[in-house]
Amino acid sequence: MADLSDTAARRASRVRWMLLAPALTILLLAASGPLLITLVYSFLTPGAYGGVEWQLSFDAWFNVIMQRDIFDETLGWSDAHLSIFWRSVKLSLLTTVACVFFGFPTAYFIATRPKKQRDLWMLLIIIPFWTNLLIRTFAVVELIRNEGTVNSVLIALGIIDEPIQMLFTEFSIVLGMVYVYLPLMVLPLYASMERLDFSLIEAGYDLYATRLQVLRRIILPLVKPGLIAGSILVFVPSLGAYVTPRVMGGGNQLMIGNLIELQFGQGRNWPLGAALSITLLAVVMIALLAYVRAAGNEEVRHG
Amino acid sequence: MSIAISARNLKKVYPGQPPVTALANASIDIPDNEFFTLLGPSGCGKTTLLRLIAGFEHPTSGSLDMFGQNLLDAPPHKRPVNTVFQSYALFPHLTVAQNIGFGLEMLGKPKSEIRATVDEMMALVKMTEMADRQTSQISGGQQQRVALARALAPRPRVLLLDEPLSALDFKLRKDMQLELKRLQTETGITFIFVTHDQEEALTMSDRIAVMNAGEIRQIGGPRDIYDHPAERFVADFIGDTNFLPAAILSTEGQSAKVRLASGQTVSARLPARDAPAGKVTLAIRPEHATFTSEADGLVTGTLAQVVYFGTDTHFHITLDDGTAFVLRRQNSSDTGPGHSQGDRVGIQFAPDVAQVLKD
Repeated sequence: MADLSDTAARRASRVRWMLLAPALTILLLAASGPLLITLVYSFLTPGAYGGVEWQLSFDAWFNVIMQRDIFDETLGWSDAHLSIFWRSVKLSLLTTVACVFFGFPTAYFIATRPKKQRDLWMLLIIIPFWTNLLIRTFAVVELIRNEGTVNSVLIALGIIDEPIQMLFTEFSIVLGMVYVYLPLMVLPLYASMERLDFSLIEAGYDLYATRLQVLRRIILPLVKPGLIAGSILVFVPSLGAYVTPRVMGGGNQLMIGNLIELQFGQGRNWPLGAALSITLLAVVMIALLAYVRAAGNEEVRHG
Repeated sequence: MSIAISARNLKKVYPGQPPVTALANASIDIPDNEFFTLLGPSGCGKTTLLRLIAGFEHPTSGSLDMFGQNLLDAPPHKRPVNTVFQSYALFPHLTVAQNIGFGLEMLGKPKSEIRATVDEMMALVKMTEMADRQTSQISGGQQQRVALARALAPRPRVLLLDEPLSALDFKLRKDMQLELKRLQTETGITFIFVTHDQEEALTMSDRIAVMNAGEIRQIGGPRDIYDHPAERFVADFIGDTNFLPAAILSTEGQSAKVRLASGQTVSARLPARDAPAGKVTLAIRPEHATFTSEADGLVTGTLAQVVYFGTDTHFHITLDDGTAFVLRRQNSSDTGPGHSQGDRVGIQFAPDVAQVLKD
């Protein structure tokens, strides 16, 4: 009997693995494979015309944050790289904060509409997703460039004499990223607000809480899962953004994504590009772990 | 005695096509320290009236005073009123103790005072051992008590209860009815209790307002409302009632001589206001009618069904004019002569137990 059920269990397990095989294969090839190649490349020597030479070297990793002076060979921090890292983290954080700032009221507004209207509002939030990212970004460029809509209107109204330089600044990069990633904040926030029991808000008012206290003490703790999910969904792609900083930053406001692209393109330093990619991955993972852990601790305390 | 809540021509119309009148010209005075119940079927406007007092809704017209002060200009968080919600609306991210202390915290009371009051409240509703539990980890009855303690903790002048017992099972509901009455007496706070359960209203209230279709139909003590319903709706909604067609022959004070369809005459009570004349309806409670011989009966009929309920027995009788009549008799060791299905029976009731209703 034992033998029989043992065989059955083994067969069931084999069938399960076989059913999983296609998905696992794709995951292995598409996710782990390229990552592994990237990791290997980061320890090789750059080829003269791009590509790599199969010669072990730690130069790429060294160059991620350090540099050797070309004249006297002294070691120093790679100021250029560090400032790009710093800008990437700073702009991504700003983008996330701005997305919360604009996304939270938006999600709340939609969640408090009558049920029938909500789908329409959500559709309006999602529609921009149907358009190409590049086109959406250029649309924003058209709005804020020196001869663009905003400046033309302001000049025509006589409010300013000279166009305000908005494009090719950090402001324009954040604006572009907020515009592109805002739906990623609104969607999870809306999902958790829709489940919110609005009698809890009435209970808050009933128990002498002001509007601000209701927001801080009742709504925020209850929609926190959505807030966390939205922040991750915005922060992670912001950190690796390539198109928006390229178009809106005009080539002199680089972020990590642009720096990596540069190594594989004009820079012809594939190992450095690979090392930077792995660094970006590590930064994202560390940030996520720290964030989830901090949020998780809160959760345990409040339930 | 001072008046806790005074409403004058309070009206609430929800805009729409067509507009919905949830409350039409409600005028009501609720004295301090009273257990007052708003009773009516769903959609009768009782919850709307409660939400107007709490401040969650604003009336279309009319005035609302609390202890002589206009309440309508104050937002909900500035009204000395607390609510026990039908769904309890406990904060799921806070513990039992934090829930109970929430109102006091928002009022900016010192920590030591909050702790003392929370302890006191938890003892009052017998939840002391559950202080650090999450609200999801306690039973429905316990959640109900926490909701009650949370609303009582800030010592409101008026406590509003929106069908708080409707989600509890039968036995728990019975216990909580007594518990609520005890709490009201102990705290001396005015309770305004909303329910559609007439039995709940009768057992707990000092006074009851019966509502229907956005209007207050009758206000009075439980006994008053049960024994002397002002109109057919009230008689029908509260308890079981038999309705008999009758015609008024003569009136004298609060009493009227009426002729029944059978030709017999009996005296019945007139309503306090708007005494009707001519054709009327008599309301007789099933327990106020007794059997008699067919010859002596005020009305006669055939016993159609006998239903045994343990404490009492319900006799369903088809009267000679086809009307259904229910007679209820308490079971005791000597129930008297037995009646069985198909028997011809006479029914009588004492003078003035029947209530005259406008037809």
